[in-house]
Amino acid sequence: MFIQLVVSGLLLGCIYSLISMGLSLIWGVMGIVNFAHGAFVMLAMYAAYYGDQLLRIDPLLFTPLAIALLFLLGVIVYQMIIQYVVDGPYVSRLLATFGLGFFLINMAQFLWSPNFRTIKESMVHGVWKIGTVMIELPKLASSLGSILVAALVFLFIRKTRTGQAIQAISADKMGAALMGINLKRIAAFSFGLGIACAGAAGSLLATFYYIFPDVASLFGLIALVAVALGGFGSVEGAFLGALILGLVETLGGYYVDPNWKYALMFLIYLGIVLVRPQGLLGRGKV
Amino acid sequence: MEVDMKRVSRFFVVAILAIALIGSLYAGGGKEAAKGAPKTIKIGAIYPLTGGIAVTGADCKSGVEMAIDIINNKYDIDFPFAKTEGIPNLGGAKLEVVFADSRGDATQGMAEAERLITQDKIVAMVGGYQSAVVKTISVATERLRIPYVLSDATSPTLTERGFKYFFRVIPHDGIQAKNALDMIRDIEKKENVPLKKVALIWENTEWGSNVAVQVRKYAQEYGMTIVADIGYPNRTTDLTAEVMRIKASQPDVLIHPGYISDAILFVKTLKSMDVVPKVFVGMAAYVEPNFLQTLGNDGNYIFTRAVYGLDLAKAKPFIAKINELYKQKYGRDMSANAARSFTAPFVMADAINRAKSLDPDAIQKALMETNLPASAFISPYEGCKFDPNTHDNIYARSLYLQIQNQQYRVVWPFDLAPVPYQFPFKPWKER
Repeated sequence: MFIQLVVSGLLLGCIYSLISMGLSLIWGVMGIVNFAHGAFVMLAMYAAYYGDQLLRIDPLLFTPLAIALLFLLGVIVYQMIIQYVVDGPYVSRLLATFGLGFFLINMAQFLWSPNFRTIKESMVHGVWKIGTVMIELPKLASSLGSILVAALVFLFIRKTRTGQAIQAISADKMGAALMGINLKRIAAFSFGLGIACAGAAGSLLATFYYIFPDVASLFGLIALVAVALGGFGSVEGAFLGALILGLVETLGGYYVDPNWKYALMFLIYLGIVLVRPQGLLGRGKV
Repeated sequence: MEVDMKRVSRFFVVAILAIALIGSLYAGGGKEAAKGAPKTIKIGAIYPLTGGIAVTGADCKSGVEMAIDIINNKYDIDFPFAKTEGIPNLGGAKLEVVFADSRGDATQGMAEAERLITQDKIVAMVGGYQSAVVKTISVATERLRIPYVLSDATSPTLTERGFKYFFRVIPHDGIQAKNALDMIRDIEKKENVPLKKVALIWENTEWGSNVAVQVRKYAQEYGMTIVADIGYPNRTTDLTAEVMRIKASQPDVLIHPGYISDAILFVKTLKSMDVVPKVFVGMAAYVEPNFLQTLGNDGNYIFTRAVYGLDLAKAKPFIAKINELYKQKYGRDMSANAARSFTAPFVMADAINRAKSLDPDAIQKALMETNLPASAFISPYEGCKFDPNTHDNIYARSLYLQIQNQQYRVVWPFDLAPVPYQFPFKPWKER
């Protein structure tokens, strides 16, 4: 039973992780908490749904396309909205993304009705039994997909010039600008990249999860906690935080009481923040 | 003399103007008096039209709209208000529903109720759907003295508060929970298989937690054991831990009161963890068309409570006609949820008609005297008469449906059922 719960928790955590990584990336570069993040996940889920219905592309294979689409969307949103508030007061940054999320969710309801949809059967389906432990294959496939995308994002940030520029801005915005890094361009790029992570998560999630306009609001919230837990601005931390939350949700739900599972998640977060205010892998002061 | 004439004529001008002014005021007053029979009567209805259960809210809204259509227009159906237009005793005044969105949130529900009453000037309230939201809406209607007839939320605590303007037509969860266990006992007797171990999983807002209280109470009375008793936060992202607990308890019977997103997730998780009880009773979300569309064959064999099923048309032919009308308008059969919400406007129209007035106390008095026959309901109620203390309908009773071949069939009480129930719950792999 314990192993089963750990496996389920890790699978859940991997899904949370992609969402939280995107969130962390955006925060690191432009100091914006993207409250519309869940809404972008939802958009990607609808994209994957229509990809499956109209183009007959399995959501798993649709993922690269979702990444590209959402990256573009992210850059457009940056150009149209974010760049005007990024240097504004904190409240206006907060409200801009909050309003954007609200708009996107209501737009989805207007365009696609509040009905629930699911993809009938993804190409990977069924359950893999190892002894008494059952592993849901669609969740496993999505988790592996998440890890792959996460690894690519790590590599990108560590190894490429653009990635190093992103790191530089996260560490010291002023310094980076003085070194000749084009802040606007990098910001647009990393906003796109963050949204692309949400896109990957949405497409992978669509293989086994139901889809409706308000589906991802709670995912967005949990991802936010994962980011805070792992350390604002640290992409690795966001990944780790998400895994911890997944484990707490399943283990806590089983051994303590499902009524308290979200309370437990926030409690663990509070506990860690009390000891390490900057989060597990966060750097610098808060 | 000349000066005097000027004064006199000036006096006349002023006098005539004054008379004209007062006269016009009187004329206005006269209009007000003639307005005793209003053209339209505004009624409020608050539903979760956006957010997590927006699809349910839209379904409920369609039921209210259908009811208003039948009341306001002429139809050849043997049903109250169908053959007339509007409210006969108020000069055929039409009902107008003002819908508002609770977003499924109790705080929002109360704010919207206050807005409807103070700004839109509604004279009565219907609907609500979620017990938690109805609880706050009714606080606002009670305070602002607006009669409220509820036909779509079932928490027993709603009518335990002794409110003066609040009435409920639908059977509350106590009765519905008792009926569920009655059905299970009937099946147990007929099949001669023990159905004693009950796993109970409930969403932990107002409604779900109160259903759980009622199920526990009657299970104890009937000598059943609750082997798992699991509350979970409404609109959760994952139900793996909950389902693992159920699996470990090896229940005969599984009972789940839950709203739609959780119900879909729950059935999917049960399937992937291969949990197979003998009897599975779902409440609330399980009667929704969208639930079945989403799950397809995985929905089969589930029992669900309802106060409506198209199968009732055999006993009440007008149900087929109303369903036909509904189908023309919305392109699908009337769902159990739409049917629930359909009822309140008629009970309210009946009271307003007898009150012959829009005064809240006159309507309240008429509601207290409500005495409608079974033929005024598309539900299995034997009529409607409100208990003088709780204002619950003393003639309310519940049905149980089973999803068979992706259709909702009435299977309990046995004497109302056109088809037998299917037993036991079929393993997921064999579907």
